[in-house]
Amino acid sequence: MNQELIERLAEISKQVTGFIYPNDLDVHWSIMIVLYPYLTGLVAGAFILASLVKVFNVKEVQPAYKLALLTALAFLLIAPLPLQLHLGHPERAYEIFLTPNPTSAMAMFGFVYLWYLMVVLLLEIWFAYRKDLILLAQRERPPMRWVHRALALFSNDVSEKAVEFDRKAVRAITIIGIPSAFLLHGYVGFIFGSIKANPWWSSVLMPIVFLFSAIVSGIALVLLLYMIITPLRGKQIDMGCLDKMASFLFYAVIVDFSLEALDFIHRLYESEESIKILSDLVLNKLMISLLVMQILLGMILPFAVMVLIKLLNLNEELRKLLYFVSAILIQVGIFSTRWNVVIGGQMFSKSFRGLTTYKMELVGIEGLLTAMVVLALPVIVLVVLIKVLPPWGDIEEKAAEGGAG
Amino acid sequence: MNRRGFLGRLMSSAALGISAILSRKVPGWAAIAHEPAKSYGMGVDVDKCIGCGRCMAACKTENNVRPEPYFFRTWVERYVIKKDGDVIVHTISGSSEQPIEEARERDVLRSFFVPKLCNHCAHPPCVQVCPVGATFQTADGGVVIVDEERCIGCRYCIQACPYGARYLNPETKTADKCTFCYQRITRGLLPACVEVCPTQARIFGDLKSGASPLTRFTRMGKIHVLKGHLNTEPKVLYTNLDGEVR
Amino acid sequence: MKRALYLLDKGRRQMTKFTQRFPDAALRILIVAVALIGGVLLLRSTLPPSLKSRKIQVAAATEREAARPIKYAGVPACAECHDAQYNLKKDGYHRNVSCETCHGPGAAHVANPMEVKPPAPRDRQFCPTCHAYNLSRPLGFPQISPVTHNPLQPCITCHEPHDPKPPAVPGECRACHGEIDRIKAVSPHALLDCTSCHVTPEEHKVNPRSVRPGKPTSRDFCGQCHRTDSGVPNVPKIDISTHGEKYLCWQCHYPHMPEVHGQEVER
Repeated sequence: MNQELIERLAEISKQVTGFIYPNDLDVHWSIMIVLYPYLTGLVAGAFILASLVKVFNVKEVQPAYKLALLTALAFLLIAPLPLQLHLGHPERAYEIFLTPNPTSAMAMFGFVYLWYLMVVLLLEIWFAYRKDLILLAQRERPPMRWVHRALALFSNDVSEKAVEFDRKAVRAITIIGIPSAFLLHGYVGFIFGSIKANPWWSSVLMPIVFLFSAIVSGIALVLLLYMIITPLRGKQIDMGCLDKMASFLFYAVIVDFSLEALDFIHRLYESEESIKILSDLVLNKLMISLLVMQILLGMILPFAVMVLIKLLNLNEELRKLLYFVSAILIQVGIFSTRWNVVIGGQMFSKSFRGLTTYKMELVGIEGLLTAMVVLALPVIVLVVLIKVLPPWGDIEEKAAEGGAG
Repeated sequence: MNRRGFLGRLMSSAALGISAILSRKVPGWAAIAHEPAKSYGMGVDVDKCIGCGRCMAACKTENNVRPEPYFFRTWVERYVIKKDGDVIVHTISGSSEQPIEEARERDVLRSFFVPKLCNHCAHPPCVQVCPVGATFQTADGGVVIVDEERCIGCRYCIQACPYGARYLNPETKTADKCTFCYQRITRGLLPACVEVCPTQARIFGDLKSGASPLTRFTRMGKIHVLKGHLNTEPKVLYTNLDGEVR
Repeated sequence: MKRALYLLDKGRRQMTKFTQRFPDAALRILIVAVALIGGVLLLRSTLPPSLKSRKIQVAAATEREAARPIKYAGVPACAECHDAQYNLKKDGYHRNVSCETCHGPGAAHVANPMEVKPPAPRDRQFCPTCHAYNLSRPLGFPQISPVTHNPLQPCITCHEPHDPKPPAVPGECRACHGEIDRIKAVSPHALLDCTSCHVTPEEHKVNPRSVRPGKPTSRDFCGQCHRTDSGVPNVPKIDISTHGEKYLCWQCHYPHMPEVHGQEVER
């Protein structure tokens, strides 16, 4: 095991350029740490989309509301996995709960995560689904009957008053949930932004940029999932819902793009000491992942597409295709953003005089294959959640009442 | 008791509770919370270092650090500043596999060796960011140590150290770094690197003592620290440090 | 008694009113929450204090760190037995070099003096670690070329390691000032002796940091060769009364590698 490590380090040391501090050779925060902000970003973004419906009364997005909640839950459940895989001693992870260091942003992880899972997401899902669970349980056979009854905490009340209370509770929880979602992903940005030792990370804008790119990726994901799942169910895509989601995506992309452009201009203008090594970094190590994937493919191209859609009056089929492509490009772009922040920030030495390189293993606990499994798991969890908690209840009702088609 | 009285009692006990928590002496807050009696530090005179590397070897021997050039608790950098403005830096017998660019004397403006190690900062960013408090400052002397039985190996401290002083110990999978040879200094010995330095380029002592070689060091030289603008308050003090050194 | 019963009954009625008005759904959630929090607190109370208190953990870690084994014994430990070598060393050029710098870690030897012996480097490979010429070494540190300096013989043939006086007091400055010598050797001043310009007391060879050679203190010194009417052939001439008014010559020009007409000398 150690021999492999030494060989890997020997390989990497041949590719060092300039002068690096000798301990700066290895990139410690690997693709697992790239995945974590990506996953929690999707959680925060999906939740913000859901909150648009319940707090800001954007009725058009109602068809995707429950799907957004379930997406958030699926990704939230898997989010701690890459962190555990990365730790040198995952069996000691409980220490974060027992003796957290109050000055450490990372120590917040346990509490913010638990708060968001228990008090925001699970609670909101429960209140949103309570009536549906009771109605479903009445029509079903065991064992699903008992699963749904247990999930409803054996409540039986579907009176007007109870349903009204459910609605009020959902609204209240969503209102608390929005700052909680900001905190869930914002503290990750703060983990990076508060490291004064690293000029690529250290920035007041970091939590804000993280948050807005999270919102962009979350909305794009729900849009994508809605577009994939609805035809699979044999139903019609609600174009009003799709167009509205794409609109919000568009606004979020504008803000995200402006923030990143601001960061870039600010750095170049101030031209602090680190500008030389950072320029070196971008031009030599991050050419593809930053200039091509993050900016060109992940931001400018989808943005241009969405501007076109807004300006021209395109037909439904074309719009669907363009939304689909844009949403995928955005996912690639936001993933690249996380990559460039995490890996990019470790590829230059704190000596400001040299660059190292990141060799991702193929297999291995922090390897590419493991990362792909971690990315696939939330989708599997989501499929299970959709089976147990069908998010289409109100759509059926709406259709029965002769609503939007 | 009326409602106003009740609220008043509630407010004052909340205030008391908050201030109690804030002033609690938590090891991670040692730098701010209380003044230790001793303050261990090191003095480094760059003009005396001959780049022999005895310190690097002795440290690895004394502290069981792996011999490969990828893990260092202390190291020595060599700077060659040329007349055309180029600055060539490398670690002596260091990790870089590439051939060292040797310069001719006539092209060189200045050249020197700089020993580096953990600065045992009085305001350490590594202690601040450890999520479980596994790295802390000792009560006597302010030596920054890692508790290898509690470290979870998240490597946040390695990211937070501006000096590259920390590495992940491949055997224990925990963060590791110079400890000022804590096991030696608590027995009245000098750290291994100071012990074997042939030119007294490194001086160890208590920064607060009245009379010691370190006290003289701080009196007679113009003292410099690495990356002072980051306000980590390093306790490794340099004299004759060149502006090109990062 | 009657009052107590009345209060109990009032309490029961208020509870019933409360649970009737309080939404059923919220009540279920409240029960689950209380059960979860209660369970966590119960679990936490069963844990040993060493898992919950950072103070205990810090104290334990400090003790553990302080108890690590020691490899280097330190000079006082060596001097206890080897006082002859120590006394020889303490006034010589190697007075600040620890025993273990050359002999390696000695704690094992202190623990078991008869069976564990530290090595004593007696070959030519060891001393050049410090004394091989390297242009980054401080000016004036004694450096030699390991290849040409008394080839093939071990260093200890001429130099007693515990009192390393050179066999003859260095006649040439280049014994310690190798870097300057190399620079000067390919410069226009190659044929000038160091002592032509630097008045050097003999004691400088014995106490180099305390007794220093001098530098020329007037422009006329350099003017001996470089003033317009000096009569010395093949030497750049300048009117020293007007050139570089306020400064001594070496405050601008580097005498060990002087530029010619503002250009570097090309080989």
